Amino acid sequence: MSVIVDYYNYWIVVFLMMAGFYVVISANNLVKKVVGLNIFQTSVFMLYISMGKVSGGTAPIIIEGVTQYSNPLPHVLILTAIVVGVATTAVGLSLVIRIKHAYGTVEENEFQNEDDAI
Amino acid sequence: MLEQHLPALAILLPLIAAPIVFILGRSTVVWLLATFTGAWASIVAFQLLLTTLAEGAIHYSLGGWSAPWGIELTVDALNAFVLLAVTGVSTMVLVYSKESIAKEIDKAKHGFYYTAYLLAMAGLSGILITGDAFNLFVFLEISSLATYTLVSLASDRRCLTAAFRYLIMGTIGATFILIGVGLLYMKTGTLNMLDLAERIAAFDRSRTINTGLAFIVVGVSIKLALFPLHRWLPPAYTYAPSAVSSFLASTATKVAVYVLIRFIFTIFGPDYVFYDMGMDMVFMFLAIVAIFKCSYMAAVQNNVKTILAFSSVAQVGYMVLGISLVTTTGLMAGLIHIFNHALMKSALFMAVGAVFYRVGSVEVHAFKGMGKQMPFTMAAFTIAGLSIIGVPLTAGFVSKWYLVSAALQQNLWVIAVLILLGSLLAIVYIGRIVEAAYFHDVPEGRDASKLKEAPLLMLIPMWVMVLANLYFGIDTSLTTEAVGHASEWLFQSTELLEVAQ
Amino acid sequence: MTEVLIDLVLLGMLAMTALRVIFLKDLFAVVMLFSIFSFVSALIFINLDAVDVAFTEAAVGAGISTVLMLGTIALTGRTEKKNSHSSILHLVVVCVTGAALIYGTMDMPPFGNADNPIHQHVAPRYIEDSPKEVGLPNIVTSVLASYRGFDTLGETVVVFAAMIGVLSLLGTARPTNKRATPESGLAKHRVLHVVAKIIIPFIILFALYVQFHGDYGPGGGFQAGVIAAAALILYALVFGASFAHRIVSPRQLEVFAPLGVLLYASVGLVGMIKGANFLDYNVLASTAAAGQHYGIIIIELGVGLTVFAAMLGLFYAFSNQVERSNVQ
Repeated sequence: MSVIVDYYNYWIVVFLMMAGFYVVISANNLVKKVVGLNIFQTSVFMLYISMGKVSGGTAPIIIEGVTQYSNPLPHVLILTAIVVGVATTAVGLSLVIRIKHAYGTVEENEFQNEDDAI
Repeated sequence: MLEQHLPALAILLPLIAAPIVFILGRSTVVWLLATFTGAWASIVAFQLLLTTLAEGAIHYSLGGWSAPWGIELTVDALNAFVLLAVTGVSTMVLVYSKESIAKEIDKAKHGFYYTAYLLAMAGLSGILITGDAFNLFVFLEISSLATYTLVSLASDRRCLTAAFRYLIMGTIGATFILIGVGLLYMKTGTLNMLDLAERIAAFDRSRTINTGLAFIVVGVSIKLALFPLHRWLPPAYTYAPSAVSSFLASTATKVAVYVLIRFIFTIFGPDYVFYDMGMDMVFMFLAIVAIFKCSYMAAVQNNVKTILAFSSVAQVGYMVLGISLVTTTGLMAGLIHIFNHALMKSALFMAVGAVFYRVGSVEVHAFKGMGKQMPFTMAAFTIAGLSIIGVPLTAGFVSKWYLVSAALQQNLWVIAVLILLGSLLAIVYIGRIVEAAYFHDVPEGRDASKLKEAPLLMLIPMWVMVLANLYFGIDTSLTTEAVGHASEWLFQSTELLEVAQ
Repeated sequence: MTEVLIDLVLLGMLAMTALRVIFLKDLFAVVMLFSIFSFVSALIFINLDAVDVAFTEAAVGAGISTVLMLGTIALTGRTEKKNSHSSILHLVVVCVTGAALIYGTMDMPPFGNADNPIHQHVAPRYIEDSPKEVGLPNIVTSVLASYRGFDTLGETVVVFAAMIGVLSLLGTARPTNKRATPESGLAKHRVLHVVAKIIIPFIILFALYVQFHGDYGPGGGFQAGVIAAAALILYALVFGASFAHRIVSPRQLEVFAPLGVLLYASVGLVGMIKGANFLDYNVLASTAAAGQHYGIIIIELGVGLTVFAAMLGLFYAFSNQVERSNVQ
């Protein structure tokens, strides 16, 4: 029982990561790939935030009378990572739009047939 | 006053120049500013290398907060050496860019080109000299985003799909690294590399750390295009503008190899990675397969840029092979090859770009008769090609020499023979192009009188790289001293830790 | 116990959402599910005490990313075609990766335990000393802006790099219609006009509050930049892009974004000129505490400026594409 209480959070997070990862590598549609990438990354953020949690702690903003705070460092790292994620998403989606203009499709197998695959 | 800030300057020069370049927009001023920044960064890198060789590692606490609470820049012989290669080659490619991108990139996008280029440089320098594992991820993403942009600037539509594939693979790689760093952080509570090393060494090797190692190695292997995770690289290098191919082939994967070395040797420690986890055999196997499979793929391609791209994957194989031998000489071979390969690949891609400038094609048959029409360009291509093969008196020979002797030291005769066989395949793929250039005439229907030598601004940087190939093939004192220091340090990483205390 | 229960319910919702995304072919639904995923994640972050992160995830994931994705499917079509190639290999890769991670969890420190290494090393100093070393009640802001200020500079540069990428790919938005008549599809909705006019000033006010209150509560330059951009995005959606261009033109954004980066870097450079290391705020004023205070306010401004300009710039570039395709 204690194993489950200790780790259930991480296990579900791993499941979410893998769901996102699966969408990235298996989706044929490029927009869906980008969505998968976002789910993958958001789940990794959850891994970090989970490890920063202290049971019974509060948000790391100093308040009189509170002694137990959750760890602020993972929060800082993930703030940065979220920004990196949206940056990648924006560039990825712009590429998708350009690919649509250039090939008329955003399905991976369709434009691969048009180009000689390397 | 600037002396003490050299580590910060190495990152800040391109980082600050990028927004300025973007505001100034499109003009020759931008090119001058970017080149000047690159040159200054190279001088900084050279000074850093000299300082580290003379005085040992430099630690620079950003914000005045000491590590592990703040972020620290840590410069030692290893990263100063790679930094010098990266900044030096990037600067030469910047000089070359002016004429090359005028031909290949829409004029309205030149401002974007130089901005993204400087951002990529800043990102790569940041990866190289940061002493913080998470900070490394941030700079990795800066350089990656900038390179996706650079690849997609070409006018061929296939650059878009290449850039997209690169983006997906690159982001998966970066996310794997993020997971790995997270797992390490979870077990140790720190992100500073030296602190991590100390705490991982103190730990009994737990399953969480093992998984962290696996994720970091896979993530970095995607970035350095280790076989079989290399599939994104050939299209990206083929369809990117020539100057970008030249820049990426000589810097991006090299920096990834550095990251691999840094994680394995400084953070995890070679004992743990190679003896406990047995990764040396995995690396050695993949490296050998990469050398043969990709050299063969290079030999059967018709697009010269694709040939060079596959050759790059094969050359990464040599670097990883050197690392996998787990000796000081093997590591030295890997490190020297990082430096030398940057010199040769940039020269080769510059020559190909010059041919594209005149002919408008990079197929092998476009090179027919070029020996006569563009004598300087083709001479440069031939010499750099000889360097790839590993002919004596070129830089490539030095790397191969160290690699073969490292294999022989361990009595790995088979490996030594395989390395030499790999060079034979290089003769095939380089030879085809050289043969087309010198033993064929310009094909019918192509006006030979229009095929003049490339502009001087392309030839000069190309020949600087070629001469560097020859120089570092003959006088190896700088390279061997630097990598000698670096590999000794890395194998005594525990002593490095004590120095840091 | 309630915390655990809430956590479990939310995680279960996430799992269902993620599973649904795998099988759905309707991209509009996929994007909406992603938005829900992001929003529920934000709730989980709140439950795990990460208020700043929750704020950002809600603004970025459920906000900006979703808008960009919707813009993209408006251009590329909303259904995924059936793909014939088998996905057994993909499944194997995912299972192996997942198994590796599960194996890794076996030695993980237990969830929520205060004795875990990450709560014992490095972080205690932030919690105990940052109020006097940096002088802010919000520890996340202290770490973000001061202890790890270099990461945040990098983050600002990432945003700038994304803007470079998107503008070079999609081109700079040029006002298509000089007369600036309401051309948006929402132009006829009177209710929207009135509501938007009432809400937008408050959104901007809120953005300013978040910008300058980040030292004390959740928030800071990044969140403020996103919120301010959201106000203008709302304006552009309701009244049409050309109206928004008259308030802040694309050309201005192209100056603001690099200026924000330069502003941030210049704070560090001033520190260097005053003889300290890069990004050392202690030397900016006569006392260390005041120096930290000035430093953080200015770099947060830099972050806010770049993020605002980049996010709005991204939206302009995407909406410009959509408009152009509508004209054709």
